[in-house]
Amino acid sequence: MAVVTRDSEASGAAAGTSRPAAVSRFYTGMVNLEWLTKAWWTILSISLFAGIWELCWFFGWADPKLLPPPHIFLGNLAEQGKFFNTATRWQVGQAMNAGPSAFESVMITVGATTARVFIGLAMASVLAIGMGVLIRYHHFFDKLVLPTITLLSPVSPIAWLPVAIFLFGIGNAPAIFMVVVALFFHMVLATVAQIDGVSPNFINVARTMGASKRQIYGRVIVPAILPGMLQVLRLNLFGAWMVVLVAESTGVGYGMGQVIMLARNTFNPSLVFFTIAVIGVLGFAFDWLLRQAQRRILYWLPDTKEKLRGL
Amino acid sequence: MAFDAPPTFSSKDAVVCRGVGKTWAAGTKRAHNALTDIDLDVAPGEFVVFLGPSGCGKSTLLYLIAGLEDATEGQLWSFGDLVETPSPQRSLIFQETSLFPWLTVWENVSFGLSIRGASKEERRTVAAEALQRVGLKAAMDKRPDELSGGMRQRVAVARALAMRPKVLLMDEPFAALDVQTRARMQDFLLDVWRDSGASVLFVTHHIDEAVALADRVVVFTSRPGRIKTIVPIDLPRPRNLFSRQAEDLRIQLTDLLRDEVDRAFAEQEALAVTA
Ligand SMILES: Nc1ncnc2c1ncn2[C@@H]1O[C@H](COP(=O)(O)OP(=O)(O)O)[C@@H](O)[C@H]1O
Ligand SMILES: [Mg+2]
Repeated sequence: MAVVTRDSEASGAAAGTSRPAAVSRFYTGMVNLEWLTKAWWTILSISLFAGIWELCWFFGWADPKLLPPPHIFLGNLAEQGKFFNTATRWQVGQAMNAGPSAFESVMITVGATTARVFIGLAMASVLAIGMGVLIRYHHFFDKLVLPTITLLSPVSPIAWLPVAIFLFGIGNAPAIFMVVVALFFHMVLATVAQIDGVSPNFINVARTMGASKRQIYGRVIVPAILPGMLQVLRLNLFGAWMVVLVAESTGVGYGMGQVIMLARNTFNPSLVFFTIAVIGVLGFAFDWLLRQAQRRILYWLPDTKEKLRGL
Repeated sequence: MAFDAPPTFSSKDAVVCRGVGKTWAAGTKRAHNALTDIDLDVAPGEFVVFLGPSGCGKSTLLYLIAGLEDATEGQLWSFGDLVETPSPQRSLIFQETSLFPWLTVWENVSFGLSIRGASKEERRTVAAEALQRVGLKAAMDKRPDELSGGMRQRVAVARALAMRPKVLLMDEPFAALDVQTRARMQDFLLDVWRDSGASVLFVTHHIDEAVALADRVVVFTSRPGRIKTIVPIDLPRPRNLFSRQAEDLRIQLTDLLRDEVDRAFAEQEALAVTA
């Protein structure tokens, strides 16, 4: 066909699919190097922070009883880990060494808190995206629900705490409820904003191809807002971590919030900072995971960060 | 006449406009008349170019013909049917690419078929065929962001062709491309047009493009958009764009357009002063 033979761009595309092996190896090398550099900067950043703290301790400006530096609160992991053990904490008549080991205790506590964060985050996302889509899908819903959601969204999570306890008592349920309620309203508003930002061309293309309203929502609007929603999810991950501690500190059986409360009640700054360090590492790790997921799923997003760096 | 029966139009022309007009945001304070009094007949298989200063309502008219917006005056027909809703018979291609970035090239091309619930094999076959026609079969499994601007627009054309449209509506489809790519794309479009037998309604503000492509050029006045005149381009195809006749046509179109652009400028300046 005349079109094919005449077109140089097409043959260029075909050639482009088989990039020489040497070139692709070079790119892989670049990526690894980039990764190393990033890791290096992360370590430097944290070391700098820890170093300043240690210096303050060294010169006697930071009282080790109030602001123990990293080498103290990270120094005795086994000792710190014991405080995570619920068996020794609450049961009268239990020996200090009963129950799980220090390491196991830390893992159980971290696991429980993480699970609450993720269950809460997942529930909030599903509910919020569902509600956001419904609001734009049914005009009736929009008028009926949006004012209330807008009204409730600035309410601080702390204010929901008594509600969580009234409704769910103690245990996992109120902690998860807190995460959900703290994120849900913002995420609904974010979803609506994302939907409103979908290019009208996308919708018009689907319309000219005979898509129904449902198909337009299911096949165009939802995939089109996913990149933005993943971004929203990432930002809310930190929010979820903050809220879950508040919820746990009020009397869930075990969790990071409980450990912080224990540390406060027993005046144990080392334990406070140890817990903070654990939360920091966890938050960092999960943010990294979500970023990887984002990059893998949303390969088509433009890399504006690179552009800004070039300015 | 039975009440509510849609008015019929006897002509089987690809597009018929009678007294068509559009007022955006009608009934509000921001209402403004973008288009008025459009009478136009496009024959099946005809290549019609809309030429006019920007903001004169060319895109608006394409949207009305596509059925994406409702006319506030007059009526439109396509092959004897009243235009009320969008139809796969009339495909619209935009200036910026409107490919879905979350789908591969072939999935984009067969999107319309998936809407109808076609099987995967059928969709792949149709997509392959449509991509073959735009010379991009090799790029079937790529993602849109891996393609150049010109390739993306060809995929958009393939997506439109996969619906077997009788009317192709193109809103400045090559405006974002560089000059060399645009010239190639024009040749490519003429091939596609000849093969498909569809009518093409093509918006541009490039006079060269109009002379290269059109059977007839519809020149618009600025605000509100009206048809100023229709210039037939009686050059034999394939066209020699450096011929005397082609040059004369370009001069004629330039003169027609210049008045309108001047008027549009004067109006915009007046608006800026009063605002
Ligand atoms: N969706 C819209 N809502 C309101 N006004 C619009 C809309 N689309 C276009 N207009 C207005 O209609 C006029 C004609 O626009 P358009 O048809 O895009 O012109 P052209 O394509 O000829 O440049 C412009 O004044 C523009 O501001
Ligand atoms: Mg336009």
